[in-house]
Amino acid sequence: MAVWEALIELADDHLVLGHRVSEWCGHAPMLEEDLAMPNMALDMIGTSRTLYCRAGELEGKGRDEDAIAYLRNEREYRNCLLVERPNEDFAHTMLRQLYFAAFMKPFWDAALVSSDEVVRGVAGKAGKEMAYHIRHAGEWVIRLGDGTEESARRMREAVDALSIYVDELFDSSDAAQDAEAAGVLPKRSEMRAAFDKVIEDVFAEALLELPEVPFGQRGGRSGQHGEGLGHMLAEMQSLHRAHPGATW
Amino acid sequence: MYSQGLIGADGRTTESEEFLARFQARIDAEEKIEPTDAMPEGYRRTLVRQIGQHAHSEIVGMLPEGNWITRAPSLRRKAALLAKVQDEGGHGLYLYCAAETLGVSREEMTEELLSGKAKYSSIFNYPTLSWADIGIIGWLVDGAAIMNQIPLCRCSFGPYARAMIRVCKEESFHQRQGYELCMSLAFGTPEQKAMVQDALNRWWWPSIMMFGPHDADSQHSDQSMAWKIKRFSNDELRQKFIDATVPQAEYLGLTLPDPDLKWNEEKGGYDHGPIDWSEFWRVVKGQGPMARDRIKARKKAWDDGAWVREAALAHAEKRRARKMAAE
Repeated sequence: MAVWEALIELADDHLVLGHRVSEWCGHAPMLEEDLAMPNMALDMIGTSRTLYCRAGELEGKGRDEDAIAYLRNEREYRNCLLVERPNEDFAHTMLRQLYFAAFMKPFWDAALVSSDEVVRGVAGKAGKEMAYHIRHAGEWVIRLGDGTEESARRMREAVDALSIYVDELFDSSDAAQDAEAAGVLPKRSEMRAAFDKVIEDVFAEALLELPEVPFGQRGGRSGQHGEGLGHMLAEMQSLHRAHPGATW
Repeated sequence: MYSQGLIGADGRTTESEEFLARFQARIDAEEKIEPTDAMPEGYRRTLVRQIGQHAHSEIVGMLPEGNWITRAPSLRRKAALLAKVQDEGGHGLYLYCAAETLGVSREEMTEELLSGKAKYSSIFNYPTLSWADIGIIGWLVDGAAIMNQIPLCRCSFGPYARAMIRVCKEESFHQRQGYELCMSLAFGTPEQKAMVQDALNRWWWPSIMMFGPHDADSQHSDQSMAWKIKRFSNDELRQKFIDATVPQAEYLGLTLPDPDLKWNEEKGGYDHGPIDWSEFWRVVKGQGPMARDRIKARKKAWDDGAWVREAALAHAEKRRARKMAAE
């Protein structure tokens, strides 16, 4: 497997989650969140763009960021399952963000010494972004977990719904293992301790119990997605695909 | 983005002539009026209404453009649109803050928007039917807004004038970005060119209606002019906008949908055909094609988010109580 494929996995995570978060724009619970969520979405979409471009370069077949993002179907997408989960409500959205950022922050910190110059550059920027995503989403998980009866119930439901997708974050696909061996990306399994620390601290303050996960759902890295991703991509790609070869 | 002759302002005021004369002297000396200064009730009421309408327009304006975020045809355009819609939300936020300095809360203003009592720019009651609409809105709607808002940077009320300085910088960027988007379509495939011509056909008349009724039919303008809340008349701004836009359309090779549009050498500007004011008033009064959907979407976001806002308040209260107990 090639290193560029591992970069596409990583880029897909950021684009799919960025797209999901962008769906809130104009519909958030308060104006401040109408500003905060596009910000987080822009961070993630920005990261995906740089990674797609780099993957295209390394692949060497002339694919640019849009060819990779807009001209693959759901079986070809390689994002993990967590990021494609639907927004549901604000509790789900914030917990999904916290889980993702709590993984990505130590990942990017470790990628600062990547053997790939572009990955090092992304890591410098994205690490800082993920730090404030942890802060922003973590504060909301605490407010909602220790807020009203309703918010605490919704937060518990979000934990129940999303925790089964956490383990997959720590798996390395064949492509990722090759990228790790080449020193391009850090080992995903090594992020566990830092991730657990963030989640334990936030959950303790949010009065949430750490979930027991009987079976972690996996499949995104081999294109085995949930049913929602196809709809998301159908919408995202519709205009681009309706005008083959056009520039925008 | 926002530009429209203020709808339903009520500048009547009951203060003594001496008080009004002193106030007018400050205005005439181009002094900025600040929130804690004495001001006529009519001045305060006019500003609350105008800044409120402006803020609501920014917020409702997020919806038609937000309609295309998830379908933007390239990642670059997706990021740009997302950032633009975010800017509009930011404008709404600091305009609400400017209005709050006059003693009205954001919650009160929001309630008025959701109940249909408060107005917003009627342009947002039209639908965005194609990707080209995003370019046309930037080029024409933000362009029209800039015409109106540049003079507002010199508005007599300090917080509003200062807010407008940043808003104008961002709107000006949006306008150029919108025009650049239109260029990509006008110089693209025949399908793309047809898409942008169709969008122009649909948005041209609503855009020039954004400046509000003709001067002869515009109520309350005189008082707003005297108080230097408004600096140019609706027709003056509309003329400036048309004169700036016609050559831009020509460069794109697009046709403006007004057969009567022609250069008038004598006045040094373009003459335009008659505006369908019945459509304008119909849309202003809530019969625009998307009027119900817009308010419904805002109401849904507000209602669905109620539990989040309640939780945030409850949590803050718990923290405060715990801190008190610990001290």
